[in-house]
Amino acid sequence: MERLLELLKENARLSAGDIATRLGITEAEVAARIAALEKEGVILGYHAVVDREKTDHSGVTAFIEVRITPESGGGFDRFARRVSQYEQVRGCYLMSGAYDLAVVVEGKDLYDVARFVAEKLSTLDVVLSTATHFQLRTYKHDGFMLNTPPTDGPLLVSP
Amino acid sequence: MSHPRKLDLESKLSTQLSGIPRSGIRDFFELVIGRSDVISLGVGEPDKPTPWPIREAAIRSLEKGQTSYTSNLGLESLRIGISKYVEEHFRVSYDPKTEILVTVGVSEALDLAFRAVLNPGDEVIYHQPCYVSYGPSITMAYGVPVPVNTRLEDNFALKASDVEKAITPRTKVIALNFPTNPTGAVEPPEELEKIAALCVKHDLLCFTDEIYSELLYDGAQHKSIVEYPGMRERTVLLHGFSKAFAMTGWRLGYACAPAPLREAMMKIHQYCMLCAPITSQVAGVEALRLGAEAYEGMRQSYEERRNFVVKRLNEMGLHCFNPGGAFYVFPDVSSTGLTGREFALKLLEEQSVAVVPGDAFGPSGESCVRCCYATAPDLLVKAMDGMEAFVAKYRKAAGA
Repeated sequence: MERLLELLKENARLSAGDIATRLGITEAEVAARIAALEKEGVILGYHAVVDREKTDHSGVTAFIEVRITPESGGGFDRFARRVSQYEQVRGCYLMSGAYDLAVVVEGKDLYDVARFVAEKLSTLDVVLSTATHFQLRTYKHDGFMLNTPPTDGPLLVSP
Repeated sequence: MSHPRKLDLESKLSTQLSGIPRSGIRDFFELVIGRSDVISLGVGEPDKPTPWPIREAAIRSLEKGQTSYTSNLGLESLRIGISKYVEEHFRVSYDPKTEILVTVGVSEALDLAFRAVLNPGDEVIYHQPCYVSYGPSITMAYGVPVPVNTRLEDNFALKASDVEKAITPRTKVIALNFPTNPTGAVEPPEELEKIAALCVKHDLLCFTDEIYSELLYDGAQHKSIVEYPGMRERTVLLHGFSKAFAMTGWRLGYACAPAPLREAMMKIHQYCMLCAPITSQVAGVEALRLGAEAYEGMRQSYEERRNFVVKRLNEMGLHCFNPGGAFYVFPDVSSTGLTGREFALKLLEEQSVAVVPGDAFGPSGESCVRCCYATAPDLLVKAMDGMEAFVAKYRKAAGA
């Protein structure tokens, strides 16, 4: 991956000027490259990485394994795109192995997700089976470690 | 019955020791300790912990119960790893059985090397500003420290002509540390070649501390003095894991030297240290197995941070050359009308940014401060903003 993207993935709030200095190119070049990456759909968006346990958010996240019958002509794509339309669906991935799609769903509570699975997902013709797993605790999210016990930090001045 | 006289412990201390000042870094450290609001550019170590696979190898070894002494020389597997790594990295080969010694950091290796060769009154030439332990280690080994100043206008590279002027009949060793802590200086090959020729001509030993040799920028290739004709036989090559592999707290280093020198160092090491900690040695084996894979990402990130810091410092009016290695910049702060020490004290007080006064690394660093840029990029931005406001205020006062 190009270094500019790596830097933005680490910290999307870096200014074009800061990136330019670090990479040894001009600010205008950085701005142009970012604009191009956005236009080409390489960069889809920017968001904050939040530790939800530290917010008042009371929702749940479920990881749902879905087995489906591939449709003639469309394969898995038509179904996957359709499922992805739901706002509750935060992620949808075609998988190798024992099931076909992994669907990440956020809901208000257990019942909210259960309802989504029972009413929206399972009722679709092509769905053979689902298995719903609720996330209990997050240890690492989007590359960030969460809930790591504090340690004595390094010294502030050392030789 | 006579009263025992009050015990005067000061008078009991070795006179050799009492002449050695405390490290200027420790003085400064005590001002900063306990303050949680400080952004520190004052450290001499990476901001990231040791890469996970290396830590994991150490954990596994503890689970297996690997908690014994090792050979005085260090684990054979580690010495074999060092031999391969050094051959690849420095293009010089050393026999793991007779020419390599694993030590508790490069600091121990350096101390052993001085103690192994110096007789009272023997002189050691080294360059200043430099890492804090050179002068004291030489003195504690009953040698005479002969610092040679390097200058900002030479980008703190060491001039062979200055070395030559410092050579006397008592000179026994030339000690080098490139890339250099605290300046980040890299020695140009043409000067290195001349210094090598001086070593051969005057039959001097060379102790070369190359702890930062992996951390080079702008596509530069490391060049060691040991590669020059006639040097391998008279050089102690000192290296370790602290900087490139982010392993400062593991205290693991090594010395590569011709057998008689290695054996002499070994004699001291076996009595004062016995061996380096086994857990650290196991971690070292894994670090060398990974090699550049473990540090290249960090190196690249340091290079980018260096670019940022050098640009900001020069823009705010602190003259700062672009250092080719290590993770320090050493800007001259005299445009503020302050000495390096005054600058560091006031900057800490007014902006809560910690940098190290340049005089901690020798009097020739008096007008400079050392800033370590192996600090998280967002903190670097804040530190530079704080320094910029500070410098603007004092430059105005100084009429610059």
